[in-house]
Amino acid sequence: MMAAVAARELRDGEVTFVGIGLPNLACNLARALHAPNLVLIYESGAVGAVPERLPVSIGDPSLVTGSLMVCSMADVFQLFLQGGRIGVGFLGGAQIDRWGNINTTVVGPYAHPKVRLPGSGGAAEIAVHARRVLIISRLNPRAFPAEVDFVTSPGHRFHGRPRRELSMPGAGPVKVVTDKAVLETDPESGELVLAGLCPGVTVAEVQAGVGWPLRVRPALDAPAAPSAEELRLLREVLDPRGLYL
Amino acid sequence: MDSKVVSMKEAIAAHVRDGDTVVIEGFTHLICFAAGHEIIRQRRRDLTLARLTPDLVFDQMIGAGCARKLVFSWAGNPGAGSLHAFRRAVESGALEIEEYSHFGMVARLAAGAARLPFGVLRNYMGSDLPAANPRIRTVACPYTGETLATVPALEPDVTIVHAQRADRQGNTQVWGLMGVQKEAAFASKRVVVVVEELVDEAVIRADPNRTLIPGLVVDAVVVEPWGCHPSYAQGHYDRDNDFYVDWEAISKDPGKLQGYLDEFVYGCADRAAYLARMPGLQDRLRARERTCAGVNYGF
Repeated sequence: MMAAVAARELRDGEVTFVGIGLPNLACNLARALHAPNLVLIYESGAVGAVPERLPVSIGDPSLVTGSLMVCSMADVFQLFLQGGRIGVGFLGGAQIDRWGNINTTVVGPYAHPKVRLPGSGGAAEIAVHARRVLIISRLNPRAFPAEVDFVTSPGHRFHGRPRRELSMPGAGPVKVVTDKAVLETDPESGELVLAGLCPGVTVAEVQAGVGWPLRVRPALDAPAAPSAEELRLLREVLDPRGLYL
Repeated sequence: MDSKVVSMKEAIAAHVRDGDTVVIEGFTHLICFAAGHEIIRQRRRDLTLARLTPDLVFDQMIGAGCARKLVFSWAGNPGAGSLHAFRRAVESGALEIEEYSHFGMVARLAAGAARLPFGVLRNYMGSDLPAANPRIRTVACPYTGETLATVPALEPDVTIVHAQRADRQGNTQVWGLMGVQKEAAFASKRVVVVVEELVDEAVIRADPNRTLIPGLVVDAVVVEPWGCHPSYAQGHYDRDNDFYVDWEAISKDPGKLQGYLDEFVYGCADRAAYLARMPGLQDRLRARERTCAGVNYGF
């Protein structure tokens, strides 16, 4: 469901910075359906990748074979990302808060973490520079606290300061796709609000999955369940071994 | 000119010393596990290990007690789980860490390669990373006044990179993902290149655009086929994704990790002995042919 809903957010011809896991599935699903000209850029240096198998990592050799360009990581971050060439960045995270801040660094205090997570990778700079950011994550109260323990990648409010005061080139997170609902950033306040409910899910269930009083849009979208074709591509072609589904 | 070709044992003995800052680069691709294993076997201590993604190679070196400090930007096992030796060492306070993002690490090595004191990037506004790492600072642009982020140059004592081929002088050619190997090599005081194949200088000269690292920055050349396993070398062998998945259970249990090191590192005199312990591995992972036509360099 998440991969299918996220795939529908991608527009044909868009330049996408692809992360591993569900973002990678969503991008390759979009490329197989409505966005054949989606340009996939991986931080490993593959530009215009056309992977013939689902890449297990973002440095998979199948990203190189048949791609348009292979460049150094200095080029990826300086020329493509900081150079303003990335339309959409796709991020996940252990914690996502009310303002779309993402934590992939630590649970608990930084100096004495309860759980040490992988860290930023390229996420911090993607959240700064991509023209817009999509987030994908399962909905549950641990993943959606009112405030993250550590801001790895910036959303719309940083310790009380609004994003527009911080001179970031990109617009930041615009949408969060979860397994139960779609949240969107309120343009006025910068907080995540409920914008769409997946089939069979109630507002109360979504509220139970986030750690702040969730504002609900007056008219909610109803993202369609994955079509037979979307399911077939996901299960039989893109992820036949069930690595991410 | 004299050949720079030496054995892995000789290269590590000569160029990696206790207390060094050691970079083994390669982003998923071309990670030189053979060098990591030899450093463990020679029982180097108090190393500062630096790479963007510590990967299994640094998890093994941390588990073996080689490291005092880790400098990094993403410490996970993609699609498979965590690096548990790293996590245990951080959560217990035994390992000092210095943490950046990928762009920050790239900028550090690029500055080191250019012998500048710091790298400049538009980044880290709205992130807690500068609060966690006081070496991430800011500077006012002297032309516009804009506040920009800075990271200190990284100049490793020794950088080890793996490549598909080099000549005896260390003129090194790479294809597929190139990561930050060029910047890391130029930034480093000493450079060891490990290759799948040693070739004549004429092979390098026939295709100079493919040279990533020139011999003039290289101190030693080691010929070690399959030296990246379980990482990969494009055109030679695939990544051993099954082993990356298996590592989750091995590294989670300190006893199993020690057992792994005993069998596959301490228990192997060299890379040939390591490969001999895994019959069938080479047939399973050997790359299929996808060669490209050459180009005309004439004038």
